[in-house]
Amino acid sequence: MIARRGRKLPAVLIAGAALLMVMILVAAIAPILWGSKAAALTSDIRLGHSARHLLGTDSLGRDVFYRTLVASRLSMLMALLATALAVAIGLILGAGIVAAGRHARATGGRVIDLLVSYPPIIIALAITAIFSPSRISVVGAIGLAFCPQFARLGNTLAASVSAKDYVTSTRFLGVSRVRLLSRHILPNIAAPILVLASVGFATSTIAISGLSFLGLGVQEPSYDWGSLLAAGLQDLSVNPIEATGPAIAILLTGLGAGLVGDGLARYWEPRLPGISAARAGKRRPRPQPQGTGSPAHDGDNTGRDRTVAEVRDLRVSATGERGGVPLVRGVSLDIGAGEVVGLVGESGSGKSLTAMALARLLPPGLAWSADRLVINGMNLAAPGSPPARLATEVGIVFQDPTSCFNPALRIGTQLTEVLRVHKKVDRKTAASMAVAGLREVRVPAPESRLSQYPHELSGGMRQRAMIAMALLTEPALLIADEPTTALDVTVQADVLRLLHRINTDYGTAILLISHDINVVATLSHRVCVMYGGRVVEEVAVEDLRAGRVQHPYTKALLAAAPDRSAHRVTNPLRPLPGRPPRPGQIGHECSFASRCPLVMAKCRAEAPQLTTHGSGRVACHAVQIPVAVGDEQ
Amino acid sequence: MLAAVVLLTFMIVRWVPGDPARNILGLTAGPAQVAQVRQELGLTNSIWQQFGHYISGLARGDLGRSFVNQQPIAQMIGQRLSLTAELAISALVVVLVIGFPLGILAGWLQHHGRARGFGFGVATGSSLAGALPEYITGTLLIFVFALTLRVLPVQGGPGFTGMALPALAVGLAPAAVFTRLVRNETVSVLSQEYIATAMSKRLPGIRLILRHVLPNVATSTLTLGGLLLVALLGGTVITENVFNISGLGTGIVQAIVHDDYPAVQGILLVLAVIAVVINLSVDITLGLLDPRVLSKRPS
Repeated sequence: MIARRGRKLPAVLIAGAALLMVMILVAAIAPILWGSKAAALTSDIRLGHSARHLLGTDSLGRDVFYRTLVASRLSMLMALLATALAVAIGLILGAGIVAAGRHARATGGRVIDLLVSYPPIIIALAITAIFSPSRISVVGAIGLAFCPQFARLGNTLAASVSAKDYVTSTRFLGVSRVRLLSRHILPNIAAPILVLASVGFATSTIAISGLSFLGLGVQEPSYDWGSLLAAGLQDLSVNPIEATGPAIAILLTGLGAGLVGDGLARYWEPRLPGISAARAGKRRPRPQPQGTGSPAHDGDNTGRDRTVAEVRDLRVSATGERGGVPLVRGVSLDIGAGEVVGLVGESGSGKSLTAMALARLLPPGLAWSADRLVINGMNLAAPGSPPARLATEVGIVFQDPTSCFNPALRIGTQLTEVLRVHKKVDRKTAASMAVAGLREVRVPAPESRLSQYPHELSGGMRQRAMIAMALLTEPALLIADEPTTALDVTVQADVLRLLHRINTDYGTAILLISHDINVVATLSHRVCVMYGGRVVEEVAVEDLRAGRVQHPYTKALLAAAPDRSAHRVTNPLRPLPGRPPRPGQIGHECSFASRCPLVMAKCRAEAPQLTTHGSGRVACHAVQIPVAVGDEQ
Repeated sequence: MLAAVVLLTFMIVRWVPGDPARNILGLTAGPAQVAQVRQELGLTNSIWQQFGHYISGLARGDLGRSFVNQQPIAQMIGQRLSLTAELAISALVVVLVIGFPLGILAGWLQHHGRARGFGFGVATGSSLAGALPEYITGTLLIFVFALTLRVLPVQGGPGFTGMALPALAVGLAPAAVFTRLVRNETVSVLSQEYIATAMSKRLPGIRLILRHVLPNVATSTLTLGGLLLVALLGGTVITENVFNISGLGTGIVQAIVHDDYPAVQGILLVLAVIAVVINLSVDITLGLLDPRVLSKRPS
């Protein structure tokens, strides 16, 4: 578990270890080489810097530079002993509590928590008060003062390890408790303990020097960095350089040990930059039982010839260290006024990124480009799109209503925010508009909701409130990104009905994103199927419902979706084999080639283009070839 | 918790190796003197009687008298407590004033992958400052501001000029730790989905931060911030000795040096109670800030 072969040691680890090695070397040889020089009394009292006395002399004329070097042995030895004491007692207590059994675990954990919340320096003072100050009492005091932290770490780690399967199974096999602890638990928690121990060495160096500095540690004639610093503080107004030696020595040791701890932590648990940014753009569709009630669909809306959104050759790719990985690879899309366009595909197909790029809301770490990106007459491809118009003309409904409301703000504040900020509506009017909006989406008792916090509403109610929030500014386009995925089946149907009503009553155009082809088929007029960052098929909803689809992927989606066919017994569900390609793996071939039942040689050589085919458009060699001569544009 | 603290402070004198009375008086004292001090300490009674006496004294607010100057301990603590409290609170102000703006700015820039140099500066600066013990910071501050620039006094005391350097000395390292904490929390809050919602409202940056980021960062940093506050108490004890402030910190060090056991007991008890109170008030503040905790109460 500890050894990670083939990984480079972090630079901080090397730097810290080198620093510590030098300090240890000095600690080893300084008392032998310069012990007498450091103790020699001269008449040169409180001299400043000179070639003879690098850091001057103290009040008895002793050389501060050599005294600092010689003091490193005692200082570091005390810190080492104190750390060892803290680690040993702490771990035995902490891990022992876990091995001892359930009752000891509960009470012991509580006691440790209490002790950790108490400042170590005060615990150390109490212990020094009992035993009169000396180098031994200070080691004991600091060691004991820091052991609660190790006890807690040992406790948490041992508890987490012992909950794992292999420990449970060894327990069943009758392995003794001591053996369980030494062979199974300790090796697995060694890494974090080493990290905390190096940090503990840094803090105990500082704390021991602190006690000596207060006169409660090492006593004359012995001296460590802390007592040297205290003498330096006394002489600070006369001879300021005297304090620098011990101060720098304490800092270097603290820094070295801190860097080692930091480096070890990074070595064992390296952070992966760039991952979070790429993940942030992705939704996590959860597989949910499908079968939403289908609201009656009248299909026809007036004024659909005007386009609300026009997208040409939209591309999104990751920037930074994973730079250049294409995630959306040239999507073109039109949404007419009052039209509901569905965007369907597996997770990772780029559908959410397409929508977020369309709304100019890509998370950092992603870059986009487009030949044309127009929403309601606003050219978003040009720089400087007005934030107020974007905020009011595009409404967005996110997937998970539990995480999309700010938990610390009242519903009313969040609902009225856009009105207040961008439309300069006064508080009272905005509140009454919000109430009306909530009533519109059938949230019960809308007046009292404004003063409630998000967690006080149920999931379905929160999603309604989210929709109300998106609609308050009467946007021309509503982007609904997996609006039903996180909801219960019964609530799903409600929300879909609500979206349908909004579309028919207000003529709001909707871009509906879902991994569920049934959801999309229920609500949309037109459906775009995405795969591997591209639209592979665009089909009118009537054709989709009738099963008149061309692309093998769309066919597979339909076959894998329940509730499509009435004859489940004769027509069982066929799950789609294989996995969607990862963004970096797509080359020049058709991205579906590896899973496609109709794959041909050409598919592995070049990716098909989206071409008009019948009433829709499709990107597939197998479909295109038989009619290619007459049908290609 | 408080009961444990009372018991432990009571036991301190009982645990002293050898004879506490002898420790106080030194080797030159005669047996009659030792016997008298033993009597004053109450060491001649049984341990239960001693404990009962101690508890009943506590109940009356009586912490005993100092061996050094015969003053009532409670009175001495009362005089010193205000300075310690002033220093700890000033240090807390330093931590918050540095930590929140710097941490949120660094987090914001890191999330957006901008100004890497600034982020690196904050990261290394806070690592270095976080490793600075308060007695070294204090010495450095005295050298720079009191002895070289001569703008602030060497001696600490009440009021802004007297507290500025000590508060900085106590607060700087915790402020560095707190800055990093706030930065990490800011980064994690910024990747939450409710921030995506807020982004979709295209709010001005300041409003987004103050309204949507800050409350959530504050809630999540408070738990660790509370631990930091208790650490400030420890820093105060040390720093008082650097700036020669006559608070509880200098008081306990003097008491330990002079084997003034009643004073040690009294101050330890008060410091412990303060630590408990801080932990409690952090819990309460958390409840006020976080509506989810608040709503658990019956309405």
